[in-house]
Amino acid sequence: MKPFLHTEGLAVGYNGRPLLEEVCLAVRRGEILTLIGPNGAGKSTILKTIARQLTPIRGTVYLDGDSVWGMPEGELAKRLALVTTGRVDPELMTCLDVVETGRYPYTGRLGILSREDRRIAAEALAQVGGEALAERPFACISDGQRQRILLARALCQQPDVIVLDEPTSYLDIRHKLELLNLLKRLVHQKQLAVVMSLHELDLAQRVSDTVVCVNGSCIERCGTPEEIFTADYIRRLYGLTGGSYEPVFGSVELEAVPGPPRVFVIGGGGSGVPVYRRLQRQGIAFAAGILAPNDLDYPTAKALAACLVEEAPYAPIRPEALEAAKQTLSACESAVCTLPEFGPLNEANRALWAFAGQLGKQSALD
Amino acid sequence: MRQKKILRAFGLLAVLLAALLVWNVNAGSVNLSLGETLRILMRQSTDPVASRIVWNIRLPRILAAAMLGGALSVSGFLLQTFFANPIAGPFVLGISSGAKLTVALCMILLLQRGMVMNSAAMVAAAFAGSLAAMGFILLISRRVHSMSLLVVGGIMVGYICSAITDFAVTFAEDSNIVNLHNWSMGSFSGMSWANVRDIALILAVTLTLTFLLSKPIGAYQMGEAYARNMGVNVGRFRVQLILLSSVLSACVTAFAGPISFVGIAVPHLMKRLLGTAKPLVLIPACFLGGAAFCLFCDLLARTLFAPTELSISSVTAVFGAPVVIFMMLNRHDRERGGMG
Repeated sequence: MKPFLHTEGLAVGYNGRPLLEEVCLAVRRGEILTLIGPNGAGKSTILKTIARQLTPIRGTVYLDGDSVWGMPEGELAKRLALVTTGRVDPELMTCLDVVETGRYPYTGRLGILSREDRRIAAEALAQVGGEALAERPFACISDGQRQRILLARALCQQPDVIVLDEPTSYLDIRHKLELLNLLKRLVHQKQLAVVMSLHELDLAQRVSDTVVCVNGSCIERCGTPEEIFTADYIRRLYGLTGGSYEPVFGSVELEAVPGPPRVFVIGGGGSGVPVYRRLQRQGIAFAAGILAPNDLDYPTAKALAACLVEEAPYAPIRPEALEAAKQTLSACESAVCTLPEFGPLNEANRALWAFAGQLGKQSALD
Repeated sequence: MRQKKILRAFGLLAVLLAALLVWNVNAGSVNLSLGETLRILMRQSTDPVASRIVWNIRLPRILAAAMLGGALSVSGFLLQTFFANPIAGPFVLGISSGAKLTVALCMILLLQRGMVMNSAAMVAAAFAGSLAAMGFILLISRRVHSMSLLVVGGIMVGYICSAITDFAVTFAEDSNIVNLHNWSMGSFSGMSWANVRDIALILAVTLTLTFLLSKPIGAYQMGEAYARNMGVNVGRFRVQLILLSSVLSACVTAFAGPISFVGIAVPHLMKRLLGTAKPLVLIPACFLGGAAFCLFCDLLARTLFAPTELSISSVTAVFGAPVVIFMMLNRHDRERGGMG
């Protein structure tokens, strides 16, 4: 399938000075392309250029084969809609008024709405679940509601492409998820092509079909989320020096506390994560074990523990591993066990906990 | 519901305007009864003196005041849209004063050569002055993005222009300057039917063009990015807006001098009255409201301390400034409420 929107030899920037060269993007109908990258990398500049808010330095953007810069303003307005990141504060406008402004390219000289225009606006409002907000003043609704109304406004323009600049910026986690779910559903339903920028890597990873990494002067990488979201690459893209990025869940951890471990945490099955994080917060270096790489606790322990005793996945714990764990534990001031019970394959950890008891180092979870 | 509110508001404005028109006709140094006024207006009066006062002095003045007041408030609304700033207006941004300066300078230069300016030349001079002041404000607005700094800049431009005008008026020794002095303070007095015709002509064209811009003005209220996305040619639109608001305020200044606060207070009052800022209804409402506001203020200016006339700008300031202060406090509260 041919891309619906793509760029050719595009260089973007301000005042004739290119900020990013060779911006190569392509997105098909029914797909979401997400720009990620550090602040100031030029994500907004690219989006502005695609939406024809900014003149490109070189090259052009094609929409279904037509150059965006070659078509009249009104034509583009019917095909591409925008949701900006800046706050809009239109005076005395209800939410429905805001949505109805999307009909602009379709109305006559004085912009008077026809019955059909009103129906489409009401439908757009319903699609984002905003019927109840129709008569509310736009200035008096929450940020999450505002983003939904602006999305409805974009839908009301009946576009093929929607460009969104950090649509989740001011939203809390619940509204972020709601908005992206809504967007994903609309993209499939209406076969829209979406280009947007996101700050949240975890969300970008889940919602995007294509991810484009913008870094300073060029498009560094472009590919499916699976190709992009590797721990090493994200570390490099954002220049992460303290902390780490966990690619499977898309979560980030802070930096491990340096120094010799003072507490040994016997964990497993996800029970260790809260303890690891608490110790990290309190600035206490700790050791963790005995964990296999397929354990739910493993990625966090790997990121936060000063020392991690591992065993191969789906294998019984070997005596060597138990011995190594015992040694590490002996050097610690105390030990905690986050496991409520030990399964038959976890006898080594039971032995380790008993060993801690012999040393008088067992301490309770609090 | 909203449509009803708008219709009611227009009804109210029409009644107010009609009442003020009649009141203005019969009030003055020669007080006329309502019946006599109506007879004069119907050309059925037997009193030639009263008839002449009404037809040659009061009516042209009233019509000019109404039209110029309307133009001023529409001009204010355009500037507020342009700068996305509710306290922008031709007076506070120094545009009226810029127009005043060029008109005064042209007048003095021509008077020295024994020539009197006709209205076309006055309007042209005022337009040049408006554009120059506007250009200056645009330069400031590029550098600063704060609403209050822009207004401070405008007020400074206004002071500079007024100061230069005062110098020129003080040192230009000519008996005709007396007129100039009255004019430079702002006044609707001495309007002729020829003036009224010229004003009507200029305003008919500019206001029609402005009304036809209702649609992009509405889009622009959503901000520049959205306006562009809706298909507005923003560059061209901005030029149109600047030209129209400059012509409107230049026309007012050329005929009546600088008049303060109408451009800010009336659009604000009209938005409250109509409950909407949609230009399609707000532009006509601003015109009617500005007309009523100026008729009322001119009535006071003429009659309060008759036979001494107050400058119209002082009267509009007395009624307009409190509205502006009230509006700013309201806005401040709302913004603080929004943050907390």
